Amino acid sequence: MSETLRLWLIVVGVIALLLTIAPGLIWLERRLLGWWQDRKGPNRVGPFGIFQPLADAIKLIFKEDWIPPFADKPVFILAPAVVVFTAFMSYAIIPLAPGIVVADLNIGVLFFLAMSSLGVYAIVLGGWSSNNKYSLLGAMRGAAQMITYEVFMGISLLGVVMMAGSFNLSEIVLAQQGMWNVVPQFVGFVVFFIAGVAELHRLPFDIPEAESELIAGYHSEYSGMKFGMFFVGEYIGVTMLAGFTTTMFFGGWLGPSFLPGIAWFLLKTFAIIVFIILLRGSLPRPRYDQLMGYGWKILLPLSLINLMVTGYFLLR
Amino acid sequence: MLSILESIWIVFIRLFSKKITVEYPDEQFRLPPRYRGRIVLTRDPDGGERCVGCYLCAVACPVDCIALQATEDENGRRYPEFFRINFSRCIYCGFCEEACPTYAIQLIPDFEMSEYLRSNMVYEKEDLLIDGEGKYHGYNYWRVSGMAIGGKDKGESEREDPPIDIKSLLP
Amino acid sequence: MEVAFYLSALIAVAATVLAITRYHAVHALLFLIVSLLALAVVFFIMGAHFAAALEVIIYAGAIMVLFIFAIMMLNLGKATIEWERQLLRPRVWVLPALLTLVLAAELIYLLAIRGGPESSGIELVRPARVGAELFGFYILGVEMAAFLLMAGLVGAYHIGRREKKVIHRYLKKEEV
Repeated sequence: MSETLRLWLIVVGVIALLLTIAPGLIWLERRLLGWWQDRKGPNRVGPFGIFQPLADAIKLIFKEDWIPPFADKPVFILAPAVVVFTAFMSYAIIPLAPGIVVADLNIGVLFFLAMSSLGVYAIVLGGWSSNNKYSLLGAMRGAAQMITYEVFMGISLLGVVMMAGSFNLSEIVLAQQGMWNVVPQFVGFVVFFIAGVAELHRLPFDIPEAESELIAGYHSEYSGMKFGMFFVGEYIGVTMLAGFTTTMFFGGWLGPSFLPGIAWFLLKTFAIIVFIILLRGSLPRPRYDQLMGYGWKILLPLSLINLMVTGYFLLR
Repeated sequence: MLSILESIWIVFIRLFSKKITVEYPDEQFRLPPRYRGRIVLTRDPDGGERCVGCYLCAVACPVDCIALQATEDENGRRYPEFFRINFSRCIYCGFCEEACPTYAIQLIPDFEMSEYLRSNMVYEKEDLLIDGEGKYHGYNYWRVSGMAIGGKDKGESEREDPPIDIKSLLP
Repeated sequence: MEVAFYLSALIAVAATVLAITRYHAVHALLFLIVSLLALAVVFFIMGAHFAAALEVIIYAGAIMVLFIFAIMMLNLGKATIEWERQLLRPRVWVLPALLTLVLAAELIYLLAIRGGPESSGIELVRPARVGAELFGFYILGVEMAAFLLMAGLVGAYHIGRREKKVIHRYLKKEEV
């Protein structure tokens, strides 16, 4: 098999995987949330309700794609594309198994951070171009929250980078053969995970959306498939965060050899996804100033201390 | 911090608890007999209409969804000429049932009244009238009231003495 | 690679020109972001992966977001757009543009004489080398930047400090 063909197969495979995971995740999330709230969740469409996202997608596609007359049209259309674009791009660097990676960049971690920092634009532009005061409030909250949490999301990852001595994700995975990074870098893991959930503005950190305060915040004015883009982008973002956490802290494809590497990777990713959904089901939304204070006053010093201690032990 | 982990754990173990969802169309609700649902007009044990057209239900109704017109038959029995309930307005408060002096209007445990046309929510007398006595058995207003109607004169009701002739000196 | 380089360079130049000529502030900033991203691609092609990533993270991802944030808060209306239009009359921009063209011509001339950078042998700059250079040869610059940032941090703390509110004069506590 030629190298180019192999690369194309990986690219198509990853995109197909993500496009199947995103609707599957919508179903899984609703089902799990239902179970955790003593309900049953969607179980009507198809066996166990598994075709529910399909029905949702059909509904979204056939819905009127309405652009408010007061909106800034080009920016309004651009914003949902940015969400999906950044979410998809981040997946390019995650190694699913040895050699199965779209782009094995030597700055993989930085690429992830860059894509997640570009993701802010979706919120900011979507909220601003809607020309709606709730959307603008959501956009402002989102921008502040995501810039804040980006800072120590990067810093918390540096401990792992220092231990592996590389920004390359495959090398980081290979450096975890003795022990998963989650044990020596537990503080880094906790900070990264909290920052990651905040960066995705998933519940409990869904302050830019906050249905109860801002009526869906930055995407209030979106309907039809543009809203669907935000929706799908969020779920691809969840998958991406889970996959990245697996790679950085849980040893990626490493695991006992009775299962192939890719199976281990998917299994760990799935477990983290379920945990992210569990967070949504169990925790209340913090107030806006609590979130910012928590970030700057606790998580930032914590990640800096983690960095320092890691450096001490490495250079000792 | 610990309390956050605790609440996460508490929510997680709900995964294995019994679900309280009742899958409604497949599985019917068991409603209590005094549930206030659809309104019916009942008949007395003899099969006559209980409603005497007193308008009390229409007066009591807070949303004015009841409309009726009283009339009399050849025996002097009052009955509604028409009796109309607009269920798209009805709030199922049960005040009409409480106001009714003859147990005629009653709320029964049935709530499946969806319609595609709003005008179908207006129920006429023939829709409301049922062939039973509803929740209160054996009661017949015309048999216990002192009113004279065709076939029953004054003093012929149940638990009623014949009228006293006030012009007579006899005890 | 050559094609990609020229394409992204062209995009960068075009986006910058568009950023200058837009009347709407937010649209101008969007073009500036596109220009920065194109610049990051140029860096990437030239082998400076680390610089490319930092360009996206810091410039496009953080600083421009703050710019947009500020402009969003200002809520500039139609009047500002009209004002911008007034500013961009040829009388205003022709002279600076000519001067810039002269500068560009000098740059191209100099590059033509020297033959430009050794573009043939693109060398991959690994992050580790960047770090070693920063904390070796450029340590003075790094330290100075650190001082500046420290001063900024202290200043921000001072400005952001809030005096404790007095709820009632009988409940007054010592100023913190």
